[in-house]
Amino acid sequence: MAIDKNMNVLIVDDYKTMLRIIRNLLKQLEFDNVEEATDGAEALAKLRAGNFGLVISDWNMEPMTGLDLLKEVRADSRLKSLPFIMITAESKTENVVAAKQAGVSNYIVKPFNAETLKEKIEKVLVHA
Amino acid sequence: MPDQNPEQIERAVREVLGSLSGDLTTTEISLLGELEALGREVARAKSEIAALRVDDINDRHIPTATDELDAVVEHTATATNEILDVCEGLEKLQTKLPAEHADALGVAVTRIYEACSFQDITGQRITKVVSALKVIEQRVSDVTRRFGTTTENAPAPEPEVAITPETEGRALANGPQLPTAASSQADIDRLLASFD
Repeated sequence: MAIDKNMNVLIVDDYKTMLRIIRNLLKQLEFDNVEEATDGAEALAKLRAGNFGLVISDWNMEPMTGLDLLKEVRADSRLKSLPFIMITAESKTENVVAAKQAGVSNYIVKPFNAETLKEKIEKVLVHA
Repeated sequence: MPDQNPEQIERAVREVLGSLSGDLTTTEISLLGELEALGREVARAKSEIAALRVDDINDRHIPTATDELDAVVEHTATATNEILDVCEGLEKLQTKLPAEHADALGVAVTRIYEACSFQDITGQRITKVVSALKVIEQRVSDVTRRFGTTTENAPAPEPEVAITPETEGRALANGPQLPTAASSQADIDRLLASFD
Protein backbone atom coordinates (compact mmCIF):
# COMPACT_ATOMS: atom_id res chain seq x y z
CA MET A 1 0.00 0.00 0.00
CA ALA A 2 1.42 3.38 -1.03
CA ILE A 3 1.98 5.94 1.68
CA ASP A 4 0.51 9.38 1.13
CA LYS A 5 3.47 11.64 1.76
CA ASN A 6 1.34 14.76 1.33
CA MET A 7 -0.39 14.08 4.62
CA ASN A 8 -0.02 16.54 7.48
CA VAL A 9 2.35 15.33 10.17
CA LEU A 10 2.41 16.84 13.67
CA ILE A 11 5.68 16.62 15.57
CA VAL A 12 5.64 17.39 19.30
CA ASP A 13 8.72 18.07 21.44
CA ASP A 14 9.69 20.71 24.00
CA TYR A 15 13.23 20.91 22.56
CA LYS A 16 13.20 23.17 19.52
CA THR A 17 16.40 21.57 18.28
CA MET A 18 14.76 18.14 18.33
CA LEU A 19 11.77 19.47 16.39
CA ARG A 20 14.17 20.81 13.78
CA ILE A 21 16.04 17.50 13.53
CA ILE A 22 12.85 15.45 13.15
CA ARG A 23 11.46 17.94 10.62
CA ASN A 24 14.65 17.65 8.53
CA LEU A 25 14.64 13.86 8.72
CA LEU A 26 10.97 13.83 7.65
CA LYS A 27 11.84 16.12 4.76
CA GLN A 28 14.46 13.59 3.63
CA LEU A 29 11.65 11.01 3.70
CA GLU A 30 9.62 13.41 1.51
CA PHE A 31 7.12 14.42 4.18
CA ASP A 32 6.94 18.16 3.58
CA ASN A 33 3.72 19.07 5.38
CA VAL A 34 5.00 19.14 8.93
CA GLU A 35 3.61 21.17 11.80
CA GLU A 36 5.13 21.55 15.25
CA ALA A 37 3.93 21.78 18.86
CA THR A 38 6.00 22.11 22.02
CA ASP A 39 3.76 20.23 24.46
CA GLY A 40 0.75 17.94 24.56
CA ALA A 41 -1.82 20.67 25.16
CA GLU A 42 -0.72 22.70 22.14
CA ALA A 43 -0.59 19.52 20.07
CA LEU A 44 -4.10 18.50 21.09
CA ALA A 45 -5.49 21.90 20.09
CA LYS A 46 -3.78 21.62 16.69
CA LEU A 47 -5.00 18.06 16.17
CA ARG A 48 -8.59 19.03 16.98
CA ALA A 49 -8.44 22.04 14.67
CA GLY A 50 -6.63 20.38 11.77
CA ASN A 51 -6.46 17.29 9.63
CA PHE A 52 -3.38 15.20 10.40
CA GLY A 53 -2.33 11.75 9.22
CA LEU A 54 0.43 11.09 11.77
CA VAL A 55 1.63 12.29 15.18
CA ILE A 56 5.23 11.91 16.34
CA SER A 57 5.52 12.93 19.97
CA ASP A 58 8.05 13.17 22.78
CA TRP A 59 6.98 11.96 26.25
CA ASN A 60 8.50 14.34 28.80
CA MET A 61 6.88 17.76 28.30
CA GLU A 62 5.11 20.36 30.44
CA PRO A 63 2.26 20.87 31.08
CA MET A 64 0.87 17.90 29.15
CA THR A 65 3.07 14.86 28.56
CA GLY A 66 3.15 12.74 25.43
CA LEU A 67 1.41 9.87 27.22
CA ASP A 68 -1.40 12.15 28.34
CA LEU A 69 -1.68 13.50 24.79
CA LEU A 70 -1.92 9.93 23.50
CA LYS A 71 -4.74 9.16 25.94
CA GLU A 72 -6.62 12.31 24.89
CA VAL A 73 -6.21 11.37 21.24
CA ARG A 74 -7.48 7.84 21.79
CA ALA A 75 -10.46 9.20 23.77
CA ASP A 76 -11.45 11.59 20.97
CA SER A 77 -13.96 10.06 18.57
CA ARG A 78 -12.49 11.86 15.54
CA LEU A 79 -8.81 11.28 16.41
CA LYS A 80 -8.90 7.84 18.02
CA SER A 81 -7.47 5.97 15.01
CA LEU A 82 -4.71 8.49 14.28
CA PRO A 83 -1.28 6.82 13.96
CA PHE A 84 0.80 7.92 16.95
CA ILE A 85 4.53 7.30 17.33
CA MET A 86 6.28 8.07 20.62
CA ILE A 87 9.92 9.21 20.32
CA THR A 88 11.40 9.48 23.78
CA ALA A 89 14.38 8.94 26.06
CA GLU A 90 12.02 7.10 28.45
CA SER A 91 13.15 3.55 27.85
CA LYS A 92 11.93 1.71 30.93
CA THR A 93 9.70 -1.29 30.40
CA GLU A 94 6.93 0.35 32.45
CA ASN A 95 6.93 3.33 30.07
CA VAL A 96 6.68 1.17 26.96
CA VAL A 97 3.93 -0.92 28.55
CA ALA A 98 1.97 2.18 29.62
CA ALA A 99 2.26 3.63 26.10
CA LYS A 100 1.17 0.37 24.51
CA GLN A 101 -1.79 0.07 26.85
CA ALA A 102 -2.75 3.65 25.99
CA GLY A 103 -2.75 2.74 22.31
CA VAL A 104 0.60 3.89 20.93
CA SER A 105 1.21 2.80 17.33
CA ASN A 106 4.97 2.48 17.75
CA TYR A 107 7.74 3.53 20.13
CA ILE A 108 11.20 4.87 19.30
CA VAL A 109 13.86 5.37 21.95
CA LYS A 110 16.21 8.37 21.79
CA PRO A 111 18.85 8.68 20.52
CA PHE A 112 17.45 7.17 17.33
CA ASN A 113 18.63 6.93 13.75
CA ALA A 114 16.93 7.94 10.52
CA GLU A 115 16.50 4.33 9.41
CA THR A 116 14.53 3.49 12.57
CA LEU A 117 12.30 6.52 12.06
CA LYS A 118 11.65 5.54 8.43
CA GLU A 119 10.93 1.91 9.34
CA LYS A 120 8.46 2.80 12.13
CA ILE A 121 6.64 5.42 10.06
CA GLU A 122 6.21 2.98 7.19
CA LYS A 123 5.03 0.28 9.56
CA VAL A 124 2.35 2.38 11.24
CA LEU A 125 1.12 4.04 8.05
CA VAL A 126 0.85 0.77 6.14
CA HIS A 127 -1.24 -0.67 8.98
CA ALA A 128 -3.29 2.50 9.48
CA MET B 1 13.83 11.39 67.54
CA PRO B 2 14.78 12.63 64.04
CA ASP B 3 12.92 15.96 64.30
CA GLN B 4 14.22 16.90 67.74
CA ASN B 5 15.85 20.32 67.78
CA PRO B 6 19.48 20.09 69.08
CA GLU B 7 18.86 23.23 71.15
CA GLN B 8 16.05 21.40 72.95
CA ILE B 9 18.29 18.39 73.60
CA GLU B 10 21.00 20.62 75.05
CA ARG B 11 18.47 22.44 77.24
CA ALA B 12 16.99 19.16 78.45
CA VAL B 13 20.44 17.86 79.37
CA ARG B 14 21.21 21.03 81.37
CA GLU B 15 17.88 20.85 83.18
CA VAL B 16 18.37 17.20 84.13
CA LEU B 17 21.88 17.95 85.37
CA GLY B 18 20.63 20.94 87.38
CA SER B 19 17.90 18.87 89.01
CA LEU B 20 20.32 16.29 90.38
CA SER B 21 21.32 17.00 94.00
CA GLY B 22 22.41 15.21 97.13
CA ASP B 23 23.85 11.70 97.12
CA LEU B 24 23.72 10.05 93.71
CA THR B 25 23.10 6.39 93.12
CA THR B 26 25.30 4.36 90.76
CA THR B 27 22.55 4.48 88.14
CA GLU B 28 22.25 8.26 88.47
CA ILE B 29 26.01 8.68 88.15
CA SER B 30 25.97 6.53 85.04
CA LEU B 31 23.03 8.54 83.64
CA LEU B 32 24.88 11.76 84.47
CA GLY B 33 27.91 10.55 82.50
CA GLU B 34 25.74 9.64 79.54
CA LEU B 35 24.02 13.02 79.59
CA GLU B 36 27.31 14.89 79.78
CA ALA B 37 28.60 12.89 76.83
CA LEU B 38 25.40 13.63 74.90
CA GLY B 39 25.76 17.35 75.65
CA ARG B 40 29.37 17.34 74.44
CA GLU B 41 28.33 15.44 71.29
CA VAL B 42 25.65 18.02 70.46
CA ALA B 43 28.08 20.90 71.02
CA ARG B 44 30.73 19.20 68.86
CA ALA B 45 28.23 18.55 66.05
CA LYS B 46 27.16 22.21 66.11
CA SER B 47 30.71 23.52 65.92
CA GLU B 48 31.63 21.06 63.15
CA ILE B 49 28.62 22.06 61.07
CA ALA B 50 29.40 25.74 61.64
CA ALA B 51 33.01 25.11 60.57
CA LEU B 52 31.79 23.52 57.34
CA ARG B 53 30.23 26.89 56.37
CA VAL B 54 27.23 25.04 54.96
CA ASP B 55 25.50 28.36 54.27
CA ASP B 56 28.04 28.79 51.47
CA ILE B 57 26.65 25.69 49.78
CA ASN B 58 23.20 27.22 49.42
CA ASP B 59 24.29 30.83 49.00
CA ARG B 60 27.05 30.32 46.49
CA HIS B 61 27.96 26.82 45.34
CA ILE B 62 24.54 25.45 44.34
CA PRO B 63 23.37 28.62 42.52
CA THR B 64 26.71 28.72 40.69
CA ALA B 65 26.42 25.07 39.73
CA THR B 66 22.87 25.46 38.41
CA ASP B 67 23.84 28.63 36.48
CA GLU B 68 26.78 26.79 34.93
CA LEU B 69 24.56 23.88 33.94
CA ASP B 70 21.99 26.25 32.42
CA ALA B 71 24.83 27.82 30.42
CA VAL B 72 25.91 24.37 29.20
CA VAL B 73 22.38 23.71 27.90
CA GLU B 74 22.22 27.14 26.25
CA HIS B 75 25.63 26.84 24.58
CA THR B 76 25.07 23.32 23.32
CA ALA B 77 21.70 24.42 21.90
CA THR B 78 23.37 27.34 20.12
CA ALA B 79 26.14 25.11 18.75
CA THR B 80 23.66 22.45 17.64
CA ASN B 81 21.57 25.03 15.81
CA GLU B 82 24.70 26.31 14.05
CA ILE B 83 25.47 22.75 12.93
CA LEU B 84 21.88 22.34 11.71
CA ASP B 85 22.11 25.64 9.80
CA VAL B 86 25.19 24.34 7.97
CA CYS B 87 23.54 20.97 7.27
CA GLU B 88 20.50 22.65 5.78
CA GLY B 89 22.85 24.69 3.59
CA LEU B 90 24.59 21.51 2.46
CA GLU B 91 21.26 19.89 1.60
CA LYS B 92 20.49 22.82 -0.70
CA LEU B 93 23.78 22.17 -2.50
CA GLN B 94 22.83 18.55 -3.11
CA THR B 95 20.75 19.37 -6.19
CA LYS B 96 23.80 20.98 -7.82
CA LEU B 97 26.04 17.95 -7.35
CA PRO B 98 26.40 14.80 -9.47
CA ALA B 99 24.11 12.06 -8.19
CA GLU B 100 26.92 10.01 -6.65
CA HIS B 101 28.26 12.93 -4.63
CA ALA B 102 24.78 14.16 -3.77
CA ASP B 103 23.93 10.78 -2.28
CA ALA B 104 27.12 10.66 -0.25
CA LEU B 105 26.44 14.16 1.04
CA GLY B 106 22.88 13.19 1.92
CA VAL B 107 24.07 10.21 3.96
CA ALA B 108 26.61 12.37 5.79
CA VAL B 109 24.04 15.05 6.58
CA THR B 110 21.62 12.44 7.92
CA ARG B 111 24.33 11.12 10.24
CA ILE B 112 24.95 14.64 11.52
CA TYR B 113 21.20 15.10 12.19
CA GLU B 114 21.16 11.84 14.13
CA ALA B 115 24.21 12.86 16.15
CA CYS B 116 22.73 16.28 16.94
CA SER B 117 19.98 14.65 18.98
CA PHE B 118 22.62 14.49 21.75
CA GLN B 119 21.52 18.00 22.69
CA ASP B 120 18.08 16.79 23.71
CA ILE B 121 19.47 13.90 25.78
CA THR B 122 22.13 16.02 27.51
CA GLY B 123 19.53 18.69 28.21
CA GLN B 124 17.27 16.15 29.90
CA ARG B 125 20.19 14.72 31.90
CA ILE B 126 21.20 18.19 33.08
CA THR B 127 17.61 18.89 34.12
CA LYS B 128 17.77 15.78 36.31
CA VAL B 129 21.05 16.98 37.87
CA VAL B 130 19.55 20.42 38.60
CA SER B 131 16.58 18.73 40.31
CA ALA B 132 18.99 16.68 42.43
CA LEU B 133 20.90 19.86 43.39
CA LYS B 134 17.66 21.47 44.50
CA VAL B 135 16.93 18.51 46.78
CA ILE B 136 20.45 18.80 48.25
CA GLU B 137 19.90 22.54 48.77
CA GLN B 138 16.70 21.83 50.69
CA ARG B 139 18.34 19.16 52.85
CA VAL B 140 21.29 21.45 53.67
CA SER B 141 18.81 24.16 54.68
CA ASP B 142 17.07 21.70 56.99
CA VAL B 143 20.33 20.63 58.66
CA THR B 144 21.60 24.18 59.18
CA ARG B 145 18.24 25.25 60.60
CA ARG B 146 18.10 22.34 63.04
CA PHE B 147 21.63 22.90 64.31
CA GLY B 148 21.20 26.65 64.58
CA THR B 149 24.08 27.61 62.31
CA THR B 150 22.02 30.10 60.33
CA THR B 151 20.66 33.48 61.40
CA GLU B 152 19.00 33.17 64.80
CA ASN B 153 15.77 34.87 63.78
CA ALA B 154 15.46 33.27 60.40
CA PRO B 155 11.88 32.23 59.67
CA ALA B 156 11.09 28.55 59.79
CA PRO B 157 11.15 27.01 56.30
CA GLU B 158 7.98 25.99 54.56
CA PRO B 159 7.05 22.43 55.37
CA GLU B 160 8.04 19.99 52.64
CA VAL B 161 5.09 19.18 50.46
CA ALA B 162 5.09 15.82 48.78
CA ILE B 163 4.53 16.42 45.09
CA THR B 164 2.17 13.84 43.69
CA PRO B 165 2.25 13.60 39.91
CA GLU B 166 -1.22 14.37 38.68
CA THR B 167 -1.12 12.08 35.65
CA GLU B 168 0.36 8.72 34.73
CA GLY B 169 2.40 10.44 32.04
CA ARG B 170 3.98 12.76 34.63
CA ALA B 171 4.52 9.93 37.13
CA LEU B 172 6.42 7.89 34.55
CA ALA B 173 8.46 10.83 33.19
CA ASN B 174 11.94 10.08 34.51
CA GLY B 175 14.14 11.27 31.67
CA PRO B 176 16.92 9.29 30.03
CA GLN B 177 18.32 6.17 31.66
CA LEU B 178 22.05 5.70 32.05
CA PRO B 179 23.41 3.80 29.02
CA THR B 180 24.07 0.70 31.12
CA ALA B 181 20.44 0.61 32.33
CA ALA B 182 18.63 1.78 29.19
CA SER B 183 16.63 -0.50 26.94
CA SER B 184 17.74 -0.65 23.31
CA GLN B 185 15.40 -0.15 20.36
CA ALA B 186 15.60 -3.93 19.79
CA ASP B 187 14.50 -4.57 23.42
CA ILE B 188 11.55 -2.20 22.95
CA ASP B 189 10.60 -3.77 19.62
CA ARG B 190 10.56 -7.21 21.27
CA LEU B 191 8.43 -5.89 24.13
CA LEU B 192 5.94 -4.29 21.74
CA ALA B 193 5.80 -7.47 19.65
CA SER B 194 4.89 -9.45 22.77
CA PHE B 195 1.56 -7.59 22.85
CA ASP B 196 0.60 -8.81 19.36
